[in-house]
Amino acid sequence: MKAFSYGRAQSVTDAAIAANKPGVKFIAGGTNLLDLMKLQVETPSTLVDINRLPLGKIEETSEGGLRIGALVRNTDLAADPRVRQHYGVLSRALLAGASAQLRNKATTAGNLLQRTRCYYFYDVTKPCNKRVPGSGCSALAGFNRIHAILGGSEACIATHPSDMAVAMRALDAKVETIDHEGRARTIPIADFHRLPGRTPQIESALGTGEIVTAVTLPPPPPGTQVYRKVRDRASYAFALVSVAAIVDSVRGRIRSARLAFGGLAPKPWRVTAAEQSLANAVAGVNSFDAAADAVLQGAHGVGSNDFKIPLTRRTLHAVLGEITRI
Amino acid sequence: MDMDAPVGANALDAEKVVGKSLDRVDGRLKVTGGARYAYEMQQDALYGFVVEASIAKGEIASIETLAAERAPGVKLVLTYRNSPKQGTGNHREAHPVLTGPVVSRYGEPVAFVVAETFEQARAAAFLVNVRYDRDGGHYALPQHLDQARVPHQTDGAPADSEVGNFSDAYAGAPVQIDVSYSTPLQSHAMMEPHATLAMWDDDKLILHTANQMLNQGQQAIARTLNIPIGNVRLVSPFIGGGFGGKLWVNADAILAAIASRYLKRPVKVALTRQQIFHVTTHRSDTIQRIRLGTDRDGRIVAIGHDVFSGNFPSEQVYEAAALQTRSLYAGPNRLTRHRLVPLDIPVASSMRAPGEAVGLLALECAMDELAERLKLDPIELRIRNEPAEDPEKHIPYSSRNLVACMQEGARRFGWDKRNSIPGQVRDGHWLVGTGMSAGTRGNPLRYSRANVRLDPDGLATVKMAMTDIGTGTYTILAQIAAEMLGLPIERVRVDLGDTIFPEAAGSGGSFGAASSGSALFDACQALREKLAVRAGMDPNTARFGDGHIATAERSVSLTELVGSGIEAEGEISPGRNNQDFSQQSYGAHFAEVGVDRDTGEVRLRRMLGVFAAGRVLNAKTARSQAIGGMVFGVGAALHEDLVLDPRFGYFVNHDLAEYHVPVHADIPPGVEAIFLPELDERSNPLKSKGIGELGICGAGAAIANAIYNACGARIRSYPITLDKILTHLPTQA
Ligand SMILES: Cc1cc2nc3c(=O)[nH]c(=O)nc-3n(C[C@H](O)[C@H](O)[C@H](O)COP(=O)(O)OP(=O)(O)OC[C@H]3O[C@@H](n4cnc5c(N)ncnc54)[C@H](O)[C@@H]3O)c2cc1C
Ligand code: SF4
Repeated sequence: MKAFSYGRAQSVTDAAIAANKPGVKFIAGGTNLLDLMKLQVETPSTLVDINRLPLGKIEETSEGGLRIGALVRNTDLAADPRVRQHYGVLSRALLAGASAQLRNKATTAGNLLQRTRCYYFYDVTKPCNKRVPGSGCSALAGFNRIHAILGGSEACIATHPSDMAVAMRALDAKVETIDHEGRARTIPIADFHRLPGRTPQIESALGTGEIVTAVTLPPPPPGTQVYRKVRDRASYAFALVSVAAIVDSVRGRIRSARLAFGGLAPKPWRVTAAEQSLANAVAGVNSFDAAADAVLQGAHGVGSNDFKIPLTRRTLHAVLGEITRI
Repeated sequence: MDMDAPVGANALDAEKVVGKSLDRVDGRLKVTGGARYAYEMQQDALYGFVVEASIAKGEIASIETLAAERAPGVKLVLTYRNSPKQGTGNHREAHPVLTGPVVSRYGEPVAFVVAETFEQARAAAFLVNVRYDRDGGHYALPQHLDQARVPHQTDGAPADSEVGNFSDAYAGAPVQIDVSYSTPLQSHAMMEPHATLAMWDDDKLILHTANQMLNQGQQAIARTLNIPIGNVRLVSPFIGGGFGGKLWVNADAILAAIASRYLKRPVKVALTRQQIFHVTTHRSDTIQRIRLGTDRDGRIVAIGHDVFSGNFPSEQVYEAAALQTRSLYAGPNRLTRHRLVPLDIPVASSMRAPGEAVGLLALECAMDELAERLKLDPIELRIRNEPAEDPEKHIPYSSRNLVACMQEGARRFGWDKRNSIPGQVRDGHWLVGTGMSAGTRGNPLRYSRANVRLDPDGLATVKMAMTDIGTGTYTILAQIAAEMLGLPIERVRVDLGDTIFPEAAGSGGSFGAASSGSALFDACQALREKLAVRAGMDPNTARFGDGHIATAERSVSLTELVGSGIEAEGEISPGRNNQDFSQQSYGAHFAEVGVDRDTGEVRLRRMLGVFAAGRVLNAKTARSQAIGGMVFGVGAALHEDLVLDPRFGYFVNHDLAEYHVPVHADIPPGVEAIFLPELDERSNPLKSKGIGELGICGAGAAIANAIYNACGARIRSYPITLDKILTHLPTQA
């Protein structure tokens, strides 16, 4: 860990102003940032501690949704009765992530902005375009079991590891921010995370100094909500593939479906064509296959992650089958 | 005493204290933080941080240390340029560090930064700028099998064994199984990282260090630092697990010792979790071929087991995965061979049950394949091949109750209800299967000494340079002394973990309890004799109990006899019994797993281990050891996989987020271990056998066999992760 200066932000705009220069990082729960700093994957010169900012509340919005403060801890969000009742997919996704101790510290914004678990990214002695742009990608021709089959580029095939963000994507969440001039903006979650392209080091739509203040959820969509996380052990492992599904169906006929995927891509993955193919379809092998085809359009493995293609198909089948048979 | 004869009745047979299910005597200290580990000693020491080589093979072209030396708090930067010349040897004999510009394995220390605080040392370590000239090397075992050679390991069993004529017998066998299995590289992943606090008192070195075998460590340190062995003291009262990873001296101890001598101040260092994977040892991967030839009734006529493993070029230690195949099953024609492939990766060494742990993953699945071919129940197949004597050495077993383990396990597990056709049992989206495996592990005994003393306050004190790596050694030694001296266990104090105490075997290879406990037994026996003489009683008939020594006529309080304190020494040596008897502990594992019919995820549902391992010294700690071993088996079957990247010659997933071991959620409540009553008259005076590794032996194979029974996927490359199962699953309806 490199020496850094530390300050505690007194207000949201203070925080944004303090962070409006290169080398400054917000610290929330610190469960990701501190690990990366110990390894010098992250070397901020200044940490702005935002933990005392009044961003820890979950409130109902006038539209009938929820506004989740950036500092709401993962544990509290998962346990909130309104979330459990109306946004079950989010509660389950949170509880499928990390461990109880980590969830007690981890915050909503920190979770959204956590960085990839790519092994080579974590080791500063290995080439990695995300860490050192232009140095090369060690994963492409290396061990890439946890890497992306969709949305990656020649420069980077890292996945986004969050479970929470996958559920939020299915729920059409919006990310609220404030910048150093006090300007607020709202970013749909679909646009919040960036694909790597040629700049894998840029991971979100946030500008310098811009701070996430909240995530809003629109009113709960109709249908059954399921989060299915497929992983190498029963707990405390990142998703190989995960599916957040919200499907409205009656007696085997699907009215509408929303599907977001984790573990497949550099961001929570959603394919409109797949959802459209399910709208008004009869639940069954054919419609599920068509949806899987649409999701996996353009998917390709690079070796150790090849299995994610059949795994995604099978997981989607299982999830859709489970929901529509109820 | 030497183990040359059967033990006969002795004072432990009463089992008033020994064998009971007692809490650990050090349990309270551990849960309250009172047990202090090496890194927790001495708060004003300097802190060291290791800089690892980031290449696998080559040479240091330049190494710049100025920036690090000038960084805040830094006292010293050691590199090969300012390190003393050190003694050499294989990894068991010596551990020289920073010996020159040549880098011969990834993670080898290239610098050691010492500073006032840990944070300063770590930050400065990143300022050491090393440039390398890189050489090519051999890294991946499967790619270099053509380089395999016969290892020349001087201690331990020979690399090859042959009885009868294997190839003819196999060729003529009416039923043949010829299968290859592979097991991955593994890391010990113990809880406490390798850590050392070094300090010098003039020319005498004191090391508080996490080490399993202190007397061996003492030798290796003296040899490495070129100092007399009498000038080295190792202190290690508490160790947070080892599993073999702390058997030998590691870089932390030598670096701290050198830096401390240089700076004339105590220096401590703990490896980071990420560093442990490269800086210390690991278990080699293996490629194993098993050939089983039987008659039509399933009686083995030919059994062959070939094993490839890898190690650093100058090392001879191989993964002895065919060892158990030499004694587990009958059969007149036998062939086992171990071949070692030189690889430019970190040193491979012992990890919990070296040999059997991975050998049984192959052998016991091959037996399952054979049972299916013969349409025989797997237990019946094993019973048909139960040998009357050791089939290679032609000597009797000291004790062997494998069949009883299998039968008792079958009864408790409900094996008779099993459907042997794969893929028949469902529970919701789970395909459910059961499997079994036999287990065995060698039962070694090693030289050990002990001192026991009884003081006027009625307190007995045991002293040995033995270690307790979390297994419960303190507790079983207290029980043995209490039983022998007729004292309540609270009146026994056990001091371990210091080389100023009598030499002991240490913790490893399942020899710890037997070796240290037997030496203590001998010491207590000697003390009993002294006390009997003082009481004017016949040592052979006097009884010890309630703090008294008594005959039919008379009873004397021990405190009246001890004077200002009385002590005795004892020792144990492996004698003829080790050559004249084939000594193993045995077990049978039964597992039930669910395989997700859609995703191939495997989850353990229940598991039972039934063991026969001589006298159980403490029912509670024995059960913990057995279950801990079984959990290791779950990891070996399903999770653990240290992935080598052959481009860099390093282990890619070198942290515990991506090197997976089982977590609580992977181990259901229905995992149980029981021990059958058994006394082994030939093993040692305790009549016990080693149990620290038995639990892992065969456990993973039972799981692999259960997976096959659940879904029909016979996966021959461990670990059995879902990607390997996926293609075997039924199409989705
Ligand atoms: C062993 C392990 C296992 C894990 N397993 C899982 C898992 O299975 N699934 C899963 O989803 N996650 C998992 N996690 C990751 C965990 O969820 C994240 O570490 C956590 O959510 C990060 O939140 P934090 O508040 O601690 O973020 P921090 O570490 O404090 O910050 C993370 C990043 O977000 C930025 N940031 C924080 N708050 C703001 C803000 N308000 N505005 C702008 N930027 C901000 C920080 O600058 C930093 O770059 C695991 C972590 C570990 C260590
Ligand atoms: S996948 Fe991305 S994060 Fe991983 S090594 Fe390549 S560039 Fe770096």
